[in-house]
Amino acid sequence: MSQKRAILALKVVLWLSALAPGAWVVAGLMRGWLGANPVEKMTHVTGMTTLVLLLVTLSVSPVRRITGWNPVIRLRRPLGLFAFFYATSHFLIWFVFYNVVNVQYMLADIAERPFITVGFTAWVILIPLAITSTKGWIRRLGKKWAKLHRGVYVAASLGVIHFYWLVKADTRLPILLGMILVVLLILRAPKVAATYRKRRERSATPVSTST
Amino acid sequence: MIIRRPPDIPSSEITPESVYVNRRRFIRAAALAAGGAAIGPAGLRALADEPPQEVPPRFAGMKSEQDEELNTYEQITTYNNFYEFGTGKEDPHRNSRSFRPRPWSVAVDGECNKPGEYALEDILGPETMEDRVYRMRCVEAWSMVIPWYGFPLANLIKRLEPTDAANFVRFETIVRPDQMSGQRAPVLQWPYVEGLRMDEAMHPLTILATGVYGLDLPNQNGAPLRLVVPWKYGFKGVKSIVRISFVERMPLNTWQQQNANEYGFYANVNPEVDHPRWSQARETRLPGFRKDHPTQMFNGYADQVRYLYADMDLRRWK
Repeated sequence: MSQKRAILALKVVLWLSALAPGAWVVAGLMRGWLGANPVEKMTHVTGMTTLVLLLVTLSVSPVRRITGWNPVIRLRRPLGLFAFFYATSHFLIWFVFYNVVNVQYMLADIAERPFITVGFTAWVILIPLAITSTKGWIRRLGKKWAKLHRGVYVAASLGVIHFYWLVKADTRLPILLGMILVVLLILRAPKVAATYRKRRERSATPVSTST
Repeated sequence: MIIRRPPDIPSSEITPESVYVNRRRFIRAAALAAGGAAIGPAGLRALADEPPQEVPPRFAGMKSEQDEELNTYEQITTYNNFYEFGTGKEDPHRNSRSFRPRPWSVAVDGECNKPGEYALEDILGPETMEDRVYRMRCVEAWSMVIPWYGFPLANLIKRLEPTDAANFVRFETIVRPDQMSGQRAPVLQWPYVEGLRMDEAMHPLTILATGVYGLDLPNQNGAPLRLVVPWKYGFKGVKSIVRISFVERMPLNTWQQQNANEYGFYANVNPEVDHPRWSQARETRLPGFRKDHPTQMFNGYADQVRYLYADMDLRRWK
């Protein structure tokens, strides 16, 4: 019971904080607080939010394994879908304003500019993951689903590389995100995961693992 | 292009901007103190902000020589690349308040007959300030139209009497990590260095600016003295200059040092030579949304400056 309530509370927090950057951008457009270059601001906010949400999504499984609190997994789908929502906004802003809805410009950018190539690829990888995130698709795909959704590791990595290749000189933030990503990926390495799972099983009583 | 306007009142009669700005700030602070909490958060916010700048009336309806609208004072002073105050575009406006642009002096050295440490007043003293409306094209593919206030760099150079060995002019920005928070991190190598070939420096379009919209340069725009070279990408416009050196060899400018693959010494605006990471053929004319403004060769100043590069391969010398 209290677990259900805890998840509900977390979901409310998740929805509010995930919607906040988008709401801030929309309000800023209407109230004119996005500054002299609103498109650049919108691009940065949506891109940054995508990366942060992807990293938070990737931290759900390790948190579950380390704490042993299984219900937390229910946050993973909404987090991933919000990440996809911001990635799509990011793509659309780029296509509409930087490429002025010109497919030729867009294709040339994708072909010629490596930071765009990787960013675009990351978004494309996320599309089938978003589509197959429903219960029906999970059932239909069975074991293949988990395999397919490992694509998020690739997408997140490409997203961080995209950010790193974009900045002109100040690489501090992309490097920080990259280090967090590396930690999150290391926690998934089978040996590492097995170690802390074992340690937990040894030290804790498995009382709290109800479904 | 050059809009000269003789002053109606002797300059000695004009209250310096810093004085009236301080006076307004004092009056507002006094009013706030008197009004107390009744004024509420809005009043407190007003105190925290810079006082509103009153743009002199001569700028009403002013356009560029290509009939372009000017960007507003607010746009020009709240959206800046000045890494000394942080790498975000709003950082310079936000982080530069404690910067003290006065008193100021500029060291002059190298191949010239009049080296020395010059007080800013001595540099500006003999010069006649004028408004210059220039397009400013950033290497990041956005642009503005800015009414600078300043004087031709050539005038100063002539006074400093460079020798025949002076092939280039090298400029340095001040290093003051206590007042410039961006300099506390090694994002770029400080001091920021830029340079011009002597003929570029002597070109009549090249100016040293001390203001925008006829008002003192705000700190975030490079107070009290900055370079403006309108046919080059914005990063050539070195800010808060404290050293001018006449040198024989091409100086290594900061962005070239940072990434020689992407930034060169000349940095002439050129729609045909892309930045490795984005097209330079189009630009976003701020505050617009779409990157659909065609970039012009030499930023629209080709007729005046093309001869400087007559026998140069502009793809190689980017």
